Amino acid sequence: MAAPTADSASPADSTDPTNPADPTRPVLDCRGVWKTFGKGRDRTPVLRGIDLAVHEHEVVVLIGASGSGKSTLLRCVNLLERVDDGTIHLDGDDITDPRVNADAVRQRIGIVFQAFNLFPHLTVLDNITLAPRRVHRRARAEAEQAALDLLDRVGLAGKAREYPDRLSGGQQQRAAIVRALVNSPRLMLFDEVTSALDPELVGEVLALVSDLKGDGMTMVIATHEMGFARRVADRVCFLDRGVILEQGRPEQVLDNPAEPRTRQFLQRLLDTEPA
Amino acid sequence: MPSQLPLADGIPPPSPLQRERERYHQRQTVRSVLVAALSTAVVGTLLLLAITGAPGWDRVRESFLDPDVARESLPRILDGLWLNLRLLVVCAASALVLGLLIAFLRTLRGPMFFPVRALATSYTYAFRGVPLIIVIYLMALGVPGLRLQGTPGVLVLGGAAIVLTYSSYLAEVFRAGIESVHPSQRAAARSLGLSYRQTMRFVILPQAVRRVSPPLLNDLVAMQKDVGLISLAGPIDAVRAAEIAVGNTYNFTPYVVAGALFIALAIPLVAVTDWVTLRAARRQSAEGAA
Repeated sequence: MAAPTADSASPADSTDPTNPADPTRPVLDCRGVWKTFGKGRDRTPVLRGIDLAVHEHEVVVLIGASGSGKSTLLRCVNLLERVDDGTIHLDGDDITDPRVNADAVRQRIGIVFQAFNLFPHLTVLDNITLAPRRVHRRARAEAEQAALDLLDRVGLAGKAREYPDRLSGGQQQRAAIVRALVNSPRLMLFDEVTSALDPELVGEVLALVSDLKGDGMTMVIATHEMGFARRVADRVCFLDRGVILEQGRPEQVLDNPAEPRTRQFLQRLLDTEPA
Repeated sequence: MPSQLPLADGIPPPSPLQRERERYHQRQTVRSVLVAALSTAVVGTLLLLAITGAPGWDRVRESFLDPDVARESLPRILDGLWLNLRLLVVCAASALVLGLLIAFLRTLRGPMFFPVRALATSYTYAFRGVPLIIVIYLMALGVPGLRLQGTPGVLVLGGAAIVLTYSSYLAEVFRAGIESVHPSQRAAARSLGLSYRQTMRFVILPQAVRRVSPPLLNDLVAMQKDVGLISLAGPIDAVRAAEIAVGNTYNFTPYVVAGALFIALAIPLVAVTDWVTLRAARRQSAEGAA
């Protein structure tokens, strides 16, 4: 097993990830996660031994260049990709065990995608109530009430009966967040949820994610929005070529990076950002 | 004329320049209608002259367009057409269900389903390759030859041949639709905890069927006329009734009558297909704009 990255918040090696009596047991515990794409000679590693522990109510923000492995890590956690080595524990359960029921695991994790991925043939309300009704077998009225309450909270109560293509990008993304939230997930994953949005719509989505932090939701967020990372993160992890090169408090990583490659990445972002 | 309509608040009346433009467009419209009418009349007259002026025209008119024979044969052919229509409805419904099932089987993953997948794949290869006439002969003549108990009549066997052939085409149309749904939709559904089957049923198939409804209807239009081939198996449908009438009168007019009736039967179906296609195209462009 690869040595854990130096960080006091994740003593990954020293504890047993399956011990329920351990009060410091993380919600999410990734150890030595490898993922490669392609076959034979073209095999390219995307994740090269990731160690990452996320504790209850913690918000971890993943930063790094495109192709550094942020999205792949999130997709591995949600079992949309199969890891090539290492383990991922969710609340003590090894979810990388091939015998695990992937559907049951995914019900405990909410994920929001860059391109919203709402179902275009269903209304906003039906998008949100699909899983509660079909997976959790709730009655329609009950599921719809829960959905409407959440929609009201994010300011979309009036859009419940609309189809997704009648909504702005920001509204679609907020609806997608509600769709993931309505299943009361233990962990929320955000995969560059503002990258497909017009600049003036980014704020409404980020405000909603900040609200969730206020509710104590455990979250892993991949983003290019450094200002947002600074505000919302308890810990920032800089991914570089498939490894977590550096992690720590946001002000530490973003203002005072120890690694030259982190400095380089942040400098390049500053250069391209509008003045 | 638009400028004479009552004006909404805040929109000023059209300027003299705009009024002049509208008058110009109106003159152009009148001119186009006149030109179209004139050219249609000329082409129609030429065609009529060419056909009626042909040396064998009188003979052809006697043997193919005899109004008395047409009147006499019409009731029988209409009776036959009623059979075609019922057969079409039953065959279309069965072929759609069977086609969808085969398409679904072809998309199944996992080693356990290998034989099912292989069978479904060879089915679509075989029945798209073999001519419908041969399938009808094999079913209507071959199956009764087995002398099995409870063998259905030739009508059912012939209908089964049509269903077998068409469901292989429809299966491929459905499969194309299933594969056209973006993988991110599947990822979104699975991430919510939906199983493979639930994802198919509630997310993938509804989108796939909507997308392929124009080509599906097009295949049903083709089936509409191919149900006439059932006459080869023996049942008295419109084509068979026409054939009998031709045999009795030594006149080919009943074929023309049957042909005209098939066209009349197709028109509503074709119209629905065009309408659905147009609607799908509009929705597609709306999706593109979003």
